[in-house]
This record gives sequence, C-alpha cells and structure tokens, in this order.
Amino acid sequence: MSTEVIRPVETVNYLNAQHSVKSWLLTIDHKRIAILYLVTISVFFLIGGSFAAAIRINLASPEGNFFSAETYNRLFSMHGIVMVFLFLVPSIPTTFGNFLIPIMIGARDVAFPKLNLLSYYIFLTGGLFALFAVVHGGVDTGWTFYAPYSSTYSNSYVLAAAFGVFIAGFSSIITGLNFIVTIHKLRAPGMTWGRLPLFIWAHYATSLIQVLGTPVLAITLLLLAVERIAKVGIFDPNIGGDPILFQHLFWFYSHPAVYIMILPGMGVISELVSCFSKKRVFGYDFVAFSSMAIAVLSFIVWGHHMFITGLSMYAGLAFSLLSFLVAVPSAIKVFNWTATMYKGSISYDTPMLYVFGFIGLFTIGGLTGLYLATLAVDVQTHGTYFVVAHFHYVMVGGMLMAFLGALHFWWPKMTGRLYSDVWSKVAAVLIFAGFNLTFFPQFILGYMGMPRRYHAYPPEFQTLNVLSSAGATVLGIGYVIPIIYLLWSLKHGEPAGKNPWGAAGLEWQIESPPTTHNFDVIPTVTEEAYNYGPAEEVIIG
Amino acid sequence: MAETLVETTGTHLQHHFADSEQQLETATLGMWTFLITEVLFFGGMFASYAIYRAMYPDAFRSTSRFMDISLGGTNTAVLICSSLTMALAVRSAQVSKRKHLIVFLCMTICLGFVFLVIKGIEYTRKWNEHLVPGFHFQFEPHQYQQHAQLLFFLYFCMTGVHALHMIIGVGLLTALIIMASRKVFNEHYYTPVEMIGLYWHFVDIVWIFLFPLLYLIGHHT
Amino acid sequence: MISHVPRVRTLVFVFLALIVLTGATTAIDYINLGDWNVVVALAIAVIKASLVAWIFMGVRHVTSLNRLFVIAGITWLSFLFLLTFADYTTRSWQYQPQAWGH
Repeated sequence: MSTEVIRPVETVNYLNAQHSVKSWLLTIDHKRIAILYLVTISVFFLIGGSFAAAIRINLASPEGNFFSAETYNRLFSMHGIVMVFLFLVPSIPTTFGNFLIPIMIGARDVAFPKLNLLSYYIFLTGGLFALFAVVHGGVDTGWTFYAPYSSTYSNSYVLAAAFGVFIAGFSSIITGLNFIVTIHKLRAPGMTWGRLPLFIWAHYATSLIQVLGTPVLAITLLLLAVERIAKVGIFDPNIGGDPILFQHLFWFYSHPAVYIMILPGMGVISELVSCFSKKRVFGYDFVAFSSMAIAVLSFIVWGHHMFITGLSMYAGLAFSLLSFLVAVPSAIKVFNWTATMYKGSISYDTPMLYVFGFIGLFTIGGLTGLYLATLAVDVQTHGTYFVVAHFHYVMVGGMLMAFLGALHFWWPKMTGRLYSDVWSKVAAVLIFAGFNLTFFPQFILGYMGMPRRYHAYPPEFQTLNVLSSAGATVLGIGYVIPIIYLLWSLKHGEPAGKNPWGAAGLEWQIESPPTTHNFDVIPTVTEEAYNYGPAEEVIIG
Repeated sequence: MAETLVETTGTHLQHHFADSEQQLETATLGMWTFLITEVLFFGGMFASYAIYRAMYPDAFRSTSRFMDISLGGTNTAVLICSSLTMALAVRSAQVSKRKHLIVFLCMTICLGFVFLVIKGIEYTRKWNEHLVPGFHFQFEPHQYQQHAQLLFFLYFCMTGVHALHMIIGVGLLTALIIMASRKVFNEHYYTPVEMIGLYWHFVDIVWIFLFPLLYLIGHHT
Repeated sequence: MISHVPRVRTLVFVFLALIVLTGATTAIDYINLGDWNVVVALAIAVIKASLVAWIFMGVRHVTSLNRLFVIAGITWLSFLFLLTFADYTTRSWQYQPQAWGH
C-alpha cells in the first residue's frame, strides 16, 4: 500500500477551514452542503422510522387497536411521505453525490454552487411544511395522495403535506440539474465519459430522471391542491373528471422516482464491489449503459401501479411487457457485480458486508417485482403485503444498505477518522437479520391475502405479524448502533489517511478530510477507472 | 472560500471554472436543462387538457363564446412583440450598446405588464360572468355545464401558472435593468441577459400553444 | 467565445412572420374544417414555436448537446401523452373471451 505519512486530522481541511455558524449555513462548498444534507436526512430518517415502529407495534395484535384506525392511516401515510420524499429520494445524491461528484471528476465544485445551497434550503423548507402537517396530525391519504379522497373527502392536512412535497421536489430538480451540467462541463482533462467511475454514471442517470419526472409530480400536486381549495377540479367525477388521470400523472413521476431511489445505490455498489474485490468492474460498458437504459425505460412502465384500478386491459398489457423489460438492466448490473467478485481478492470489511446484503436482497426484491408486473398475479397481490414486502426489499434491503455501505466506505474520507471495525460488523449483521425477519414474512402474508394499509387483520395472520414486528425491533437496534460508533469516531477514531481501503479513484488521492478546494492542482487523467492491478497491488496517483 | 486560480480580467469568472468560455457553456446548458423541466411541468396540464378535450369535444367547443378572442389575440401579439424586444436587448448587449439594452429591456417589461393587465381584465370578466369553477359556476347551454367546468378549471390553472411565470420574468428583467445601469454587461459578458432571454422566449412559446387551445376551440361552429 | 450575433433584419422578419401566423390561425378558426381545425391550429403553433426557438432562442447555433436536451424534453413529454392516451382510447374496447375448445 502507500507509504505516505498519515498526518493528524488537525491540518486545514473543509471541516475546520472556518468555524462560524454562518460559514456553515451560508457555505457554497459542496462538501459542507453534503454534511448539512446528511444531518437533515438523518433526522427525517429517524422520524420516518419512529412511524414505522408505531405501525409494527400496532400490527403485533390482530385487533390492531393500540392506535385507532384513523391514527393508523395517518401513521402509514406519514411514514411513506417522510421516507420516500424526505429520506430516500435525496439520500445518496445529496450527501455522497454532492460530496464526491466534483472530486471524482476532478473538479473544484459543482457547476452552480450557490444553487446547490439554495436547493438545501428549499429541501429544508419542504421538510418543515411536511413536519408541520405531522405535528397537526398528518395526512391519512397514503403517500400516494389519490383523488378523490385527498381532494374532496379527507379531513387531514393534505394541503400542508402536499405543499411540503411540492417544495422538496424543486430541491430534487435543482440537484439533478446541477449534477447533469457538472458532469457534462466540469470534468478534468483526460476524464472522458469512458473513464468516469460508475458512481458518476449512476448519478447522471438519476439526475436525468429527477429533471424529467419531478416537474410532473409538481404540477399534479398543484392541480390537486387547487381542486381541494376550489372544491371542484379535473379529478372530480361530478364534473366528468377522472380520478385515474390523477394516478396517471402521479405515477408518471413516482415510478421513475423509485429508480431515483435505487440508481445511486447501484452506483455505490459498483464502487464498493470493485474496491473490496480489488478488481475492475466487470462489463463497465454494460453497467454504464444499463444506468442510462433504466433512465429511459423507467418512464414507460408506470401503469403497472394501476392494473386493477380501472386502467384499460390493453394498456395494462403494454405496461406489463415494458415492466418486464425494465428488469433487464438491473439484472445486468447484478450479473456484472457478481462477475467482478469472481476470482477477485475479497476482503470482508464492513462496506463489503453491505454489498453482499444489497446484492442478495435487491435480487429478491427485483424478482418479486416481476411477479407484480405479471397482470394475472397482480390481480391477487395488488394492495397486499406482497407489494409492501417487495418495495421494502428493494428500498431498504437495497437502497438503505447501499447508503450504509457508502457511509462506511467514505466516512474516513469525509471525516478523516476510522470507526470501530467490530461494532460496524455487528450492526451490519443485525441489520441484515432484522431486515429479513421483518419483511420476509410479509411476502407470505401478502400471498395469503393480508391487505396493506389496514390497522387490523384476521387472527390467523398473527404469528407472521409478530415475527415481523420482532424483526423490526432488531432492525431498529441495528440502525441505532452506527449512530453511536460513527459519532464516537469523530472524536476518538484513528486518523484515516488518504486511502485506508487501498481504493482506486480520484477521491482517494487527496487528503482525508479534503481541503476546501479539493485539488491543489487539477489532475490530468490518463487511466481507466478502477485501475486495480493484480491483487494486493494498488496503483495510487 | 472563493479562490480565483485563473486570471479573471473582470469577467465575473467563478473560482471553479477554468475559463469564461466554460462558464458560459455551463450556464447555457443549465438554463436549457431548466427549460426542459418547465416543458414537463406545463406538459402535465397540456396532457390533462388533451384527454378531456378528446372525451368531451362538444362541451369544450361550447366554451369558445366565452373566450374573448380579441383580448387573447392581443395578448399573443403583445408577447410576440416582447420576444422581439427581448431578442433585440440580447443583441444590444452582444454589441455593447448599453443604452439600447436598457431601452429594449424596459420595452419588454412594459409589454409584459400590458399582458398581465389584459389577463387581469379577462379574469375579472370571467368572475363577473360566473365562469370560475367552484365559485357559483353557471354555464349555458346547461347540458354542457359539468364538462365545461373542466375546461375552465384548466383555463385558470394553465393561464395562471403561465402568468406566474410572466411575473417572475418581469422581476428578473427588472434585476437585469439594474445590473445594466451599473455597467455590468458588455460584449465579453452578458450571460444573465442571454439566459433570461431564453426564459422569456420559453414563456412566449407556452402562450403560443395556450392561445389556440383555449381561445380558438370552436368559432367555426 | 461569444454567441452568434443575429442581424436586426432577421429578428424583425421572424417577428412579422409570427404576427402573420397568429392572424392566420385566428382566421382559420372561423372556417369549419371539422376535425382538422385542431390539427391545423396545432401545426401553426408548432411552426411559431419553432421560429421562436430556432431564431430568437438561437437553437440554430447552439451545440448539438443542447439540441439533444431539447429533443429529450419533447420525447419524454410524448411518453406521457402516448401512454396515457393508450389507456383512454382502449378503455372502451370489448374483449370477448373464447371458451376452451372452440
């Protein structure tokens, strides 16, 4: 490995360059903005997680009367809204994307640094509106805000919640715009498209989806809000409107949104799997193009959320076929990651444990998506816990694992500190075990017919529900442990040095933590990405 | 915080760009990307309109008597004029004619105001004629009253969102005039003028589609 | 590098063309062409929008990357239109299942 002298972390870097509160709150340094986002989305994750805990507590008994039915409806709605819009959609792009994209391409900052800061405050504002709704009892429409319930009949704080999501959406659009332009225009000399880390390709595809899809959500929520205020509107059957039009417009964004949520995680996995196999990613071109294919295909499958709500059967056929197609690029990635590991020099550091978890759980989640894309099966499983299990496998077993993997991989780079190896592995195993115990029973429950979004269920489903709630407890403990050791490492962790993992990539050639301007001299890139030599030898710089 | 590593020569070069050409290309790509988000934003409403017009063609046609074609047509001409003055403003900046720049920007703002005033007159008339959905809506012939509300709902949403974009545009143009009077722009640097010009033209394009779809639905019947 | 400087004459010609087309589309609305009215109106609107984009916005001179972005925006919008219409136009289609053995 390198023979550099590992300097203590007290040298001047982006964290200690200026100390005032104002220098943090008015920063235009992409790395500081990433930290602001990291803190904020972590808070939202804990809020969304506490709603989940409340749900699982209620579902431990068939009568489900720990909370009233009304309250239960609000709990699952706010759980969805907070987790989707305030945690998962921003998660990796605004934290690791913001921090790493400029560094990975050899730039000093993103294309529009002030816009970057503005996007953070827009996100915060949207989140605060959503929290306002929460404090006043939340909404009970589900995170999907379906008309006519949300526009006409619900007595909950629909406007506040919808407005919060509307505002937060603009943050997503701005971040996506910033990344697209950054990746096009600010690459260092020699950093051709074919040499970009796959993390960058994944974020580019994500940003395309954010920019093209989120505006439609914005206008849909606006139309919903106007209908709620005017008490009449285009989704109102009383004047000839069609509630299914709301669903078309809503899912035109919200299906691509799930790819906004998973693609960055896939980019992370590409980085981690190559580092901890000490091998370049197998089939780089295929993995890069599969990200772009997902960006296109994700926009033409949305009808599979509407198979049994009134969609024409013929349109359903088309959407079903297209949904099968969209699984192909994801499968391509899984095969290429596996091939990367083959005959690689595998090390079982904590980030790699999350990689294993991701590949296994995302595969299960993705395959069960194919079940749901099958028209006849979906008639049985739509609106049941099968769907709930499917999307938690991809979102939590996939994306959240990737987020934790990223956190554990780049934490030394971002903070200059190493964390406890033992405790991080304990947490990873607990999370994996707790996750499966929570969500695998839900596949069975859904298949057996237990509907989602109900506070109560028939007594014969109790055993599986109790298992699920027990798993949620383990999972919750698993999520708390990293908070403790990571925060502890900030003060007491060993200094990390430039490249504790022996990884390839421009970010590992600069200091940990980086200086404010990233590079003393903008590098000229001459090698392909993931230039891992034979095992055990890493070429740095 | 912001360090300049390249000779700036007073061209407002930001620290993370290698040269002003890269900065201009970046700004242009950024503005076009933003305009694409606007295409999708308005597009949701256009799609809704298309679907309901296809479902209820007769009801939609019956609303044309209530759309003031002279006001709508005037507004179309006003916006086209403002696009001309905006393009001339950008051109003036490109050839360092500061006074012309300010004059054309002022003309664009005035035309923008005219548009908004005419819009205000239209909205007031619709309010007085009970054609605002949800607020004592009344429509003749009665058989089309339900479905006509869809058209009027979309009319107010689409022109309302468009008007909001006009107001923002007027604000941006005001900022440009202030900057121009402070001699910020010359033939080497006029990026904000060009970018806001792109935005203004886009808002004109949206109206170019709104006009026939809302005002020219059925005068031939 | 500065963007291309347009000639005043070009801008004024485009302006006049836009005014003429506006007049034309208004006049045509009073002529009954049946279902073709909306097609003609939209075609004229597309021509007007193209003139504004091509000349006023300078798409004529921008890089191919920028043009690709414009095309992408229109393409993605077409996804929304096409697939949503695919639902609405086929909802009334009747499917007559055949019994086995026929």
